[in-house]
Amino acid sequence: MLKDITLGQYFPGDTPVHRLDPRTKLVLTLVYIVAIFLVGSWGGYALAAAALAAVTALAHIQPKALIKGLKPLIFIIVFTAVLNLFFTPGEDYLFRWKFIKITWTGLDRAAAMVLRVLLLVAGTFLLTYTTSPLAITDGLERLLSPLKKLHVPVYELSLMMCIALRFIPLLIEETDRIMSAQKARGADLETGTLAQRAKALLPLLIPLFVSSFRRADELATAMECRCYNGGQGRTRMKQLHLSVRDGIAFVLGAAFVAGVIVLRRLGI
Amino acid sequence: MSLVEIRGLTHVYSRGTPFEKTAVADLDLAIDRGQTMALIGHTGSGKSTLISHLNALLKPTAGTVLLDGEDIFASKASIRAARARVGVVFQYPEYQLFEETVYDDIAYGPKNMKLDTAEIDRRVRQAAAALGLDEAVFQQSPLELSGGQKRRAAIAGVLAMEPELLVLDEPTAGLDPAGREDLLRTLFAWRDERDATILLVTHDMSIAGRCGRVAVMADGRIVMDGTPAEVFARDGELASIGLALPDAAIIAGLLRDAGVALPPSLYTVDRLADAILALWAEKKEGGPC
Repeated sequence: MLKDITLGQYFPGDTPVHRLDPRTKLVLTLVYIVAIFLVGSWGGYALAAAALAAVTALAHIQPKALIKGLKPLIFIIVFTAVLNLFFTPGEDYLFRWKFIKITWTGLDRAAAMVLRVLLLVAGTFLLTYTTSPLAITDGLERLLSPLKKLHVPVYELSLMMCIALRFIPLLIEETDRIMSAQKARGADLETGTLAQRAKALLPLLIPLFVSSFRRADELATAMECRCYNGGQGRTRMKQLHLSVRDGIAFVLGAAFVAGVIVLRRLGI
Repeated sequence: MSLVEIRGLTHVYSRGTPFEKTAVADLDLAIDRGQTMALIGHTGSGKSTLISHLNALLKPTAGTVLLDGEDIFASKASIRAARARVGVVFQYPEYQLFEETVYDDIAYGPKNMKLDTAEIDRRVRQAAAALGLDEAVFQQSPLELSGGQKRRAAIAGVLAMEPELLVLDEPTAGLDPAGREDLLRTLFAWRDERDATILLVTHDMSIAGRCGRVAVMADGRIVMDGTPAEVFARDGELASIGLALPDAAIIAGLLRDAGVALPPSLYTVDRLADAILALWAEKKEGGPC
């Protein structure tokens, strides 16, 4: 049931990709995203796809897992494709019937857009598949720490994110449990009109809210019991260190961007 | 015919992913009408997965569940019927309370069964009375009740459906000894009154000792099944899967080792106390000891 959700899931492992510093991975993912938007030729898309495939293989992530993660996006992908296919202006008609026109330019655009979305999403999935949520928030906090000078509460933000991420699996589990309990009492969540179904969600949502507040309260008490009083002057158990590996990753990332730009200039 | 018959039940979670796990493996089990059965086993032995199949909350990967000889997964109607005939009280049922008043919450199940108002009212009052809930709390919010009362209200919500088989997953978890004893007596009284069938999932061996039949689960299989005396006699095997005998049985064993001539099968506190008192009286009659 709900347990099969893979969005934002972490697959523990011990590969060079897993061992990279989370900051490196965050920055490189950002670089990758920018590079995808710089791509202007089919050669560039091929290079990006090759890079993605290489990292996937290096991280021992099964292609199946990536594809499964992309499934919820099918609607957006199809929508993008249709929009570009039918509404790109041009004269080089491939197909024409009454007001429906498909141009070669449109086909080219549609394919490029679909590829772009797929590469973007798959790339960000690789980040969450190979980096634990804790490591991501740690990395984010360090990367954003210069903002502290501008009085942005970076520490509090990252703590909130960390707790939110931690609570997602708990909430899913809780939802599953309450759903089972109400179904056991004859709740019908699947049939009926829209209004009936919305009403049928109440027995689920109310206990979920109640338990979320209870949990938040308990967590706050537990933190206070251990003398938590904000981020000022806290040290951390796991220090982040950049290593040679991260240097290599940055060089490869730079080479990738250079490749994309060169291919764009050459128009290949 | 057995009330419930499980044949070759297998359930595999997250099939085809790195998280694949077989929770129940080719399990056969039959429960007769009027039985009170305890299902014991360690966390992760598959107890909860097993009971989720009894009212069709989970679909088996393989195998069937028969209720009065009919497959409960046959159609949507049979699934609905199974949910009404098999009442399941999950762990910490108080977290499922949601209605504005205690009365409405207990009435939720019967309402879903589409009974008429008079029948719903009768069932709510009967279930509440069976669990010792005073009618004075009917118009209160269930969230205002005390912990023990919340648990009782939640269990009443399932009893009001008047199930033929009542399944309870750790109904006494988190209660103090007095509350535990109280709740157990209440449940057993309800059973005696209606001649109902109960399946009690528990860690607590002393509770298991008070049921007519005990089944032990380990790694998704039933490894022992019999009367408490039969199961507790295999203490070595129980220890090997990480389960201890009831406290009373352990004390009886220690006393026997120390040379006290106690009769066999003493696994409830009441029986042990009676046996010790009987020995005491015997000794008194036989002169100074």
